[in-house]
Amino acid sequence: MLTLPVFEWVRPESLDAVLRELAERPGECLLVAGGTDAVPNLKHRLHEPKRVVSLEGVAELREVREDDAGLHLGARVTLTELTRLPALQRDFAAVARAASMVASPQIRNMGTLGGNLCLDTRCTYYNQTYFWREALGFCLKKDGVICHVVPQGRRCVAAHSSDVAPALIAYGAQVEIAGPDGRRWVACDQFFVGDGIHNNILKADELVTQVLLPAAARGQRGAYRKLRPRNAIDFPMLSIAVVVRGDAARIDTARLVVSALGAKPRVLGGLDALVAGRQADETTFAAVAASAHKQCRPLTNVPYDDDWRHAMVPVLVTRALRDAFADGAA
Amino acid sequence: MSKPRAPRAAGARPKPATGPARAGMTIPEGRQMPDASRLTPPAHEAGRTGPPNGDAFHTIGKRNRKVEGLAKVTGRAVFADDLTLPRMLHAKLLRSIHAHARILAIDASQALAMPGVHAVVTGRDLPEYFGIIPWTQDEQALCESKARYVGDAIAAVAADSELIAEEALRLIKVSYEVLPAITSIEEALAHPENQVNEKASEGNLSKHVHLEFGPVDELLEASDEVVEAEYWYEGSTHAPIEPHCCVAEYDATGFLTVWSSTQVVHYLHRDLAKVLGLPTQRIRVIQPVVGGAFGGKSEPFSLEFCAAKLSMLTGRPVKILYTREEVFYAHRGRHPMLLHYRTGIRRDGSLTGTDARIAIDGGAYSSFGLVTTYYSGQLLTAPYAMPAYRFDSTRVFTNKPCCGPKRGHGSVQPRFAFECQLDKLAERIGMDPIAVRRKNFIGENTRTVNGLRVTSNGFLECLDAVERASDWKRRWRNLPYGRGLGVAGSMYISGTNYCIYPNEMPQSAVQLKLDRSGRATVFCGISDIGQGADSVLAYIVCEELGLDLRDVRVVAADTDLTPVDLGSYSSRETFMCGNACLDAARQLREQIASTLAERWGVPKGELVLANGMAVAASDPHKYAMTVKDAIQAAEAAHGTLGSVGWYQSPKLGGDYRGGTIGASPAYSFTAHVAEVDCDPETGEVTVKKIWVAHDCGRALSPVAVEGQMEGSAYMGFGEALFETHTFKPATAAHGPGIHHGPSLLDYRMPTSLDTPELESIIIESVDPEGPYGAKEAGEGPLHPSVPAIANAIHDALGVRCDRLPFSPPAVLALLQGSDARGAWERARLGHAGAGARG
Repeated sequence: MLTLPVFEWVRPESLDAVLRELAERPGECLLVAGGTDAVPNLKHRLHEPKRVVSLEGVAELREVREDDAGLHLGARVTLTELTRLPALQRDFAAVARAASMVASPQIRNMGTLGGNLCLDTRCTYYNQTYFWREALGFCLKKDGVICHVVPQGRRCVAAHSSDVAPALIAYGAQVEIAGPDGRRWVACDQFFVGDGIHNNILKADELVTQVLLPAAARGQRGAYRKLRPRNAIDFPMLSIAVVVRGDAARIDTARLVVSALGAKPRVLGGLDALVAGRQADETTFAAVAASAHKQCRPLTNVPYDDDWRHAMVPVLVTRALRDAFADGAA
Repeated sequence: MSKPRAPRAAGARPKPATGPARAGMTIPEGRQMPDASRLTPPAHEAGRTGPPNGDAFHTIGKRNRKVEGLAKVTGRAVFADDLTLPRMLHAKLLRSIHAHARILAIDASQALAMPGVHAVVTGRDLPEYFGIIPWTQDEQALCESKARYVGDAIAAVAADSELIAEEALRLIKVSYEVLPAITSIEEALAHPENQVNEKASEGNLSKHVHLEFGPVDELLEASDEVVEAEYWYEGSTHAPIEPHCCVAEYDATGFLTVWSSTQVVHYLHRDLAKVLGLPTQRIRVIQPVVGGAFGGKSEPFSLEFCAAKLSMLTGRPVKILYTREEVFYAHRGRHPMLLHYRTGIRRDGSLTGTDARIAIDGGAYSSFGLVTTYYSGQLLTAPYAMPAYRFDSTRVFTNKPCCGPKRGHGSVQPRFAFECQLDKLAERIGMDPIAVRRKNFIGENTRTVNGLRVTSNGFLECLDAVERASDWKRRWRNLPYGRGLGVAGSMYISGTNYCIYPNEMPQSAVQLKLDRSGRATVFCGISDIGQGADSVLAYIVCEELGLDLRDVRVVAADTDLTPVDLGSYSSRETFMCGNACLDAARQLREQIASTLAERWGVPKGELVLANGMAVAASDPHKYAMTVKDAIQAAEAAHGTLGSVGWYQSPKLGGDYRGGTIGASPAYSFTAHVAEVDCDPETGEVTVKKIWVAHDCGRALSPVAVEGQMEGSAYMGFGEALFETHTFKPATAAHGPGIHHGPSLLDYRMPTSLDTPELESIIIESVDPEGPYGAKEAGEGPLHPSVPAIANAIHDALGVRCDRLPFSPPAVLALLQGSDARGAWERARLGHAGAGARG
């Protein structure tokens, strides 16, 4: 079977201890929570850390708390736990839905909110064994110099593949980052950057500690749609999160996030002009869908027909909007 | 290239064999069939198909547990990778990064210098060619002069651990001269000068077969309707959950033991002898519990030769476990086929002529390709009577992993094309496609146009069953747009009539031991790969001797302990080993029965051995004892108890070159109806349900048969909609032949959430020659899956899916590229019109 490389393994018991471990070997550590993505990546030699820092012993990261600010979710809350959290189902249904659509029950039992948020970008030319990548001639994300998706491209376009991130962004979630200089909050959509090699703002000595779904975001209608060949296991070929304030007779605002296209989730632009003050009907949905189709251009980074994925953008956007306004949707 | 410090067993470097004459076994020349007396199976008083003890079966036909089932579900079954021997080394294979390249030089000095590395072997250490078919032996354990696909094995390293072996691989320097690669059938035929495999007779031709039966052109001419179409069947792989694994131990006496996850212990035994230059009598091959195979383990692979050679060099046991990626490179999966069919029909629904032209992508080596090429035509001639039939099949070599036998070997692809043809023809003449199939039913106890003998045949009952269960008459052509039903039928062999290498010895044998402990032990070379082969033998012994399942042990697939069986391929085990076992068990039953009949003074025919008791039917209260006591009485009367049974199929097949390929002592028959629910906006096809009716002769254990039917239907469904064993086209930045994603993430087998409801309906035709009337169940039920789904998509959407897979992009493109809705409405009108004609 595929082997793991040799590395040092540490299991700190506190957040401070984690930060000390990271600071001690800057750039040479890999944080592991559930390990569902990190372990295969290690076996594929996509990560070659000197030290693997397990977050298993840090109790603080498992906290779930609701207060005036909103719903706080610790980074090490598992995806299965997210799907069963009443407060999340009630107020932020699209996040619960997204979490429920990750991989399989076993993987959701191990996989965590923080792990899914910080999921390494994925590409058909990258998520392969060392041997396969050697036959390919490697790529610029790891061990090589060229991009096989955009042959003349200088930037990695591996796909952001987190299911929970688009939903979190749609609700305006905040992400707490801890580092040697303390803690800071950033908006979830500012957390990601358009670089497939390292697609978030985390520095080598930092980690995500919790996510806040703000109180002000309650009372909206949310939906999440995921395009995948199979009804389980697969990463998104395309994902749509939508959050709407208003009702069927009159939409106030809408936020729509599309992902699994490039290195970061895309917040759809110009939406207010299409929806504000309008009815939630097929005409409105079609206008949003057409706009999404124009703004999104899938690449061959994800191992599925890119033209079909493009054709599915308006279909999924329409369906997500219908979901949001379906009876019982919150 | 072993290190000087590596210990070596005395006399451990025999010279390699130099030709077929050195092969471990002596094959008698001349006659290819045994003496006529051996071709007549032993007659039994109770007959072969009826119950041996009284009027009813006691074990046969019951929903019995599998003998190894509890060990598997409790994690106690011992697979090859569970074996660990003292001082065992681990080996890894270095594989080619080029699709086609000459190997100029290999420098392994740095790898050998690495601490923990014990030996390296290359093609030069194992130069002898091997191959499952004796006439097309074109493989070497490690490529000696040329690599023929990305992943072809070049060298092997034995080290203290897998990690060290893997790191050592990266230190081996291979100088390649990259050659132009052939990656498609078209390229293979257009560029014979770029020869993939030097053993080819010419260019890239692996095998060509042209056979013609009856006046094809004449009958096509005289048809009322002729449908001509081209079909593409995409390649797929078996993906057994257990990757290939073997452990080899060459001991100090020069005796080699190999444990391997194989389904052909006997053929592996022969090829190990040939390649390693060892006599067969100094090799023992053992098959541990196998975690699935589906045809993907039915020939020897690099790992077995390399582990054995490395053990011979180092004097230590060596294990090789393939990674999932390596399983994709070992492959031997479904051949991609381009199939061109012309089929004619008369207005009354009777078929006229069929003309098929088939191009087959074989990958880099022959494997079973000779047989595949014949099967692509030979196995289509039932369950429908074909007045005239011609096929022209060409298998070519390409620079891709070698294709081979996957469940339904060679005939799943033409079956897809032909059953779609039937659906189109039925539509042309306005006839219900089930009625067309009934109309052309070939019947029982008959011969096909190509000379295959058909005995029992329950195909009509299969059609009736799926028609009824799916409410076909009311729902076909009557469901709303997007939903549809489709039907298809098929037949398959219960074992091939001849051994892969010509010889006069039995195809299957059983030695049965019985003693005063009350325990029976069946020794048989049978390969259980999860289908329940071992269990079948146990059921038969229980039935014959009245024993409990717990009192029978099956010792299987160990060349030191068990008589030869040819292995688990072509759906032969139940039929052939089952017959061998039936004969062995019945001899012991006879000894017990005659002993008791004499002691009690009752006619032998009155004796019943069942549920642990032996009784005389006339007075079971007076004449009764436990089976254990009865066995002791028989042992006292006859001496030590033991028997031998064997199976040899009768002389069968057409009297022409290739006429024996496809000949089987019995054929199974299947019909499917599939129901689909399609999303015209996305092209997504959801298969809601498949009704599977299968004629397996007598079901020895219905639950095992149902498992095979469901598993087959699932596998076909996966090929229809999801699975593709394909390769990335070359670009300026990388070469050709790189697998699109050799992992279970990117090779998308359907999950349980994708899988339709499967309803299995067993049809029991009771074959006159099968053990208790049994026929095969493991491969036949796969065939109709794919065309039934294609035909259902047509009923749902009005598009014809002639190319696999029926993926959402493909179906959406078909919808957008045609007047699908119009075709859908016309099909309904045609059906309504046909209704008036009855």
